[in-house]
Amino acid sequence: MNPAPRRLSWQRMAAWAILVLFVLITLLPFYWMLRISLSNNRTLFANAGSLLPTDFTFGAFKRVLGIATLAEATAEGGSGANINFWRYLANSVATSAVITVCQVFFSAMAAYAFARLRWPGREKVFFVFLTALMVPPIFTALPNFVTVKQLGLLNTYAGIVLPYLFMTPFAVFFLRQFFLNISREVEEAAIVDGAGHAHIFFRLIVPMSSAPIATISLLVYIGAWNEYFWPLLVGQEDEVRVLTVALGIFRAQTPQAGPDWSGLMAATLLAALPVIALFTIFGRWIVNSIQFSGIK
Amino acid sequence: MRTSTEHRRRAGDLPVAMVFLLPAAVGFAVFYLWPTLRTMYLSLTDYSLLAPPEWVGAGNYERLLGDRLFWNSLKVTVEYVVINIGVQTVVALGMAVLMHRLTRSGLIRGVLLLPYLVANVVVALIWYTMLDAQLGIVNQALEWIGLDPVAFFGETSTAIPTIALVNVWRHMGYTALLIFAGLQAIPKTVYEAAATDGASEARMFWRITLPLLRPALALVLVLTIIGSFQIFDTVAVTTKGGPINATRVIYYYIYEQAFQRFNFGYAAAVCVALFAILATLALLQLKLLRAGDSDLD
Repeated sequence: MNPAPRRLSWQRMAAWAILVLFVLITLLPFYWMLRISLSNNRTLFANAGSLLPTDFTFGAFKRVLGIATLAEATAEGGSGANINFWRYLANSVATSAVITVCQVFFSAMAAYAFARLRWPGREKVFFVFLTALMVPPIFTALPNFVTVKQLGLLNTYAGIVLPYLFMTPFAVFFLRQFFLNISREVEEAAIVDGAGHAHIFFRLIVPMSSAPIATISLLVYIGAWNEYFWPLLVGQEDEVRVLTVALGIFRAQTPQAGPDWSGLMAATLLAALPVIALFTIFGRWIVNSIQFSGIK
Repeated sequence: MRTSTEHRRRAGDLPVAMVFLLPAAVGFAVFYLWPTLRTMYLSLTDYSLLAPPEWVGAGNYERLLGDRLFWNSLKVTVEYVVINIGVQTVVALGMAVLMHRLTRSGLIRGVLLLPYLVANVVVALIWYTMLDAQLGIVNQALEWIGLDPVAFFGETSTAIPTIALVNVWRHMGYTALLIFAGLQAIPKTVYEAAATDGASEARMFWRITLPLLRPALALVLVLTIIGSFQIFDTVAVTTKGGPINATRVIYYYIYEQAFQRFNFGYAAAVCVALFAILATLALLQLKLLRAGDSDLD
């Protein structure tokens, strides 16, 4: 497999050392987030150089999850500020899920039309769809904000999910690539048996593409979970606030004197946890899909 | 049976295709096509959201030319992009080559990709904590080696490089994976031949890897540079454009104009200017780096 010559082993050792260093640089900030979130905020300052949590405690997580009393919170240097974590978590889970299900489903339908159906102008229409990839998101964000506002959907779940609901050029492009590779014979046999296109789509194409559909779903979910700009524009209110927006506000409300670093890092870690968990379980798929698509 | 299939083939599946395309087409028209046209229209108007847009012709663009803050935001953004892309490309190229020569480990690739999957906001907050002037670990480390603490986000001279490097951390592994995919396309026989001729690793890198990687690298650069111009989240969470105007990048300037001052028409004009810059850059790059043709042929 590997064409590298093995004779200069000290060179290989040096190369390995650099690669390991990159891995450490990648992981260290995650460890630091964990270390601060498990520390007592009052003793952090005095032990800023310690590599382990200072005065180990789950207090910061209790504060963030709202299960610490005010006395407990202030004893550990919390600000007593309330972060409605469970609500924001539910909002993030729900909006990301709705975006994922609808966007992937509608994009798969479009990809089917582009890959498996024959109709005049197909390639031209597909090209027009793809040009949308070139438009910077802020270019459409201003008028989309106006649209959502005029529909009276500011600070509603509908407003947060609406622009992402129907399709993204990337999802259509990604799924079309896979649909193109499915052999025609399966489909022809079904047509001869008198099957309609709905049947072919739901019973043949979708099941045969379950791996790429799962991959794109994962990518869409993570993308929606991490989105900050759009929900910041249309979903500031507490009722519909998602985690990224909540983190920004939590940080802005942190007092300049004696900020609750432990609380901030605990909230940040909890917000990142679902993605890290998804990645640990399905990481291989994502890595492969990035190799495959080369874009996104 | 056969004739009916043949008939369908000739007539095309247009009616069925229209049904399957309907939701995506509605989404495309309402949330991509129309907004794009509308931004162009709004850029020629004065619009505060409260009253209907008022036609001002090229007024916004004239104002743009004389707007010191716009030019500053452009300068700050370019500064960010140069540092971000410069460092990131070199680091990612190094990572990709190391991985390519040393290991196929999926675990290492997965770990290096992790920061990219975490939200910008999360990354910004982690580094905001680590770079804090008082209890940040980075300043502790500087102290250990005898240097003065640095207010990374708080000084006009360090704020943009800091934000640029934070995002290098987030994107380096992802960029390395894109380059890695390009490396895998280089035939192994080329390396084997060079190794038989006794070429050193360094020589192979400069004479084989880099030239053959050029098309892939060009594409990666186009994508990462366009992405880099859209820096917003990190600024919004950490510096909010400050100190003074040091990090008021173009995305943040548009955001402020539109959603804090409600100058929608003017913000739209800045959007159009940004789009023009990005399109020109992409075309120029593809031309200069001859992304289309490969040296393999």
